Amino acid sequence: MVINGQDIKNQNTIVCRCEDITRGYILKCIEDGYKTLDEIKRVTRAGMGPCQGRTCRQLIAQELSRIYGVPMEDVLMTTFRPPVKPISLGALADAYGEREGKA
Amino acid sequence: MKKSYDVVIIGGGIVGCAIAFELAQRGRRDVLVIEKGYLTSGATGRCGAGIRQQWGSVLNATLASESTHIFENLEEYTGYNGSCGLNQGGYLLVAYTEKEWQQFHKNLEVQHSLGIDAYAVDLDGAKEIVPHINTEGMYGATFCAKDGHADPFHCTFAYAKGAQKLGVDIETYTTVTGLKVENGRIHMVKTDKGDITAKLVLNCSGGHAAKMAALINEELPIFPERHQILISEPVAHIMNPMVMSFHRHFYVQQTPHGSVIMGIGDPTEPVSFNTRSSWQYLEENAHIVTQTLPAFRNLRVVRQWAGLYDMSPDRNPIINEAKDALGFITVAGFSGHGFMVAPRTAILVANHLTGQEDNLDIKRFSADRYRTGELLLEPSVV
Ligand SMILES: Cc1cc2nc3c(=O)[nH]c(=O)nc-3n(C[C@H](O)[C@H](O)[C@H](O)COP(=O)(O)OP(=O)(O)OC[C@H]3O[C@@H](n4cnc5c(N)ncnc54)[C@H](O)[C@@H]3O)c2cc1C
Repeated sequence: MVINGQDIKNQNTIVCRCEDITRGYILKCIEDGYKTLDEIKRVTRAGMGPCQGRTCRQLIAQELSRIYGVPMEDVLMTTFRPPVKPISLGALADAYGEREGKA
Repeated sequence: MKKSYDVVIIGGGIVGCAIAFELAQRGRRDVLVIEKGYLTSGATGRCGAGIRQQWGSVLNATLASESTHIFENLEEYTGYNGSCGLNQGGYLLVAYTEKEWQQFHKNLEVQHSLGIDAYAVDLDGAKEIVPHINTEGMYGATFCAKDGHADPFHCTFAYAKGAQKLGVDIETYTTVTGLKVENGRIHMVKTDKGDITAKLVLNCSGGHAAKMAALINEELPIFPERHQILISEPVAHIMNPMVMSFHRHFYVQQTPHGSVIMGIGDPTEPVSFNTRSSWQYLEENAHIVTQTLPAFRNLRVVRQWAGLYDMSPDRNPIINEAKDALGFITVAGFSGHGFMVAPRTAILVANHLTGQEDNLDIKRFSADRYRTGELLLEPSVV
């Protein structure tokens, strides 16, 4: 694939391990006109898995930075959402029971 | 972005994008959609994207069922090359009070009169549909196999790309900051990227609609209200339908991808633009949902977020032209069910704006109804 005159290699490299998203798919989205991490996350699900984008967020940001010629720190980050680490509904429900029981 | 358009649409959610597409389909193509973030960054991208035809009023059941038919082949309808992710696993609506159970039977009569294939089941019947459901405290349930949910991002992108192919312009990361009226008509939209003149301006800004209308001194009873929601890691498929209770204010569904999405409503949530998540919510949601679906106790939550419902007094949309700024039309107030009715609502609006007939009367949606008392009453909302 050629994007902005550059021949892109390593297309089958997995960028998002939780959701099995390849670099090629990310580049295809950028070529389709999606400009931000927020958009790419929603089109591809990259960053929506159990690790919530710990690895892929930076990798995708690098692609955007390179292709659009903006510094890494200017690439808009997606919102970091709670609960940060996966936590079971059972543990949460029990916590609710304790909280209400004491109240 | 040009300096002048026939139509400017404020808001790149499903409502704004669907209207842009339907207008373009009807030949009005000199259209600009302005969105302050990315497309779907408002309620649309934060919603459960549930689609149900099991409504209690003829109006809502009609809007939802005709919209469902469009969702059923939205890709072809808009020429989209992705998948809109429609999954028709049905909705199981469970009744926890006798009154609710009686209401469900009345709703079924409405649904049957419109050809919607829903039916009542007893507790054993409910267990046949969702084997792991805890039926304690339940009176019964109704089920419609053609209800379901779709991917809110891809549905919106499908409309947006379809509209762009027909010549519509979309400007993201652009904020509307002001509106100008001249001789009683809307004349100009001011943005942080420059001013644009327009003959028609559609206010599809969701929870921000009243604030937008206030820019031309129009007062609309549309209020933002936070609703929280969460999603689990993907797990093996154990539940096809959406399970929903009005009485306990919850809904739960498993996506084709395996994640389980769920939300609860908080009847005491104040009016505000707050879209932050709370840990109290996380615990309460877990408590309520695991009572009905104990099998989900081991399910791990990976993400929670919140979005705004654009509430109206009778919890139904307002489609209203401003009296002192003709050509400024608000389409908002969807009160938590705007995703599922967007396709048909967009057709209604586009038909009206292109002088085509429609068998639904758009005047019923005007804000005048709060003066005349002809409210759009709906017994079954979460
Ligand atoms: C948690 C949650 C769950 C939901 N579940 C469901 C469900 O299961 N089924 C269902 O049918 N509905 C559901 N809804 C409701 C549904 O999301 C909304 O009714 C629907 O998305 C409304 O679409 P919209 O396009 O009108 O609004 P929005 O998607 O909010 O779009 C309005 C857009 O306007 C933009 N905007 C605002 N101000 C400006 C400005 N000044 N300049 C430029 N742009 C601006 C915003 O950024 C936003 O993108 C849910 C909502 C929430 C919050």
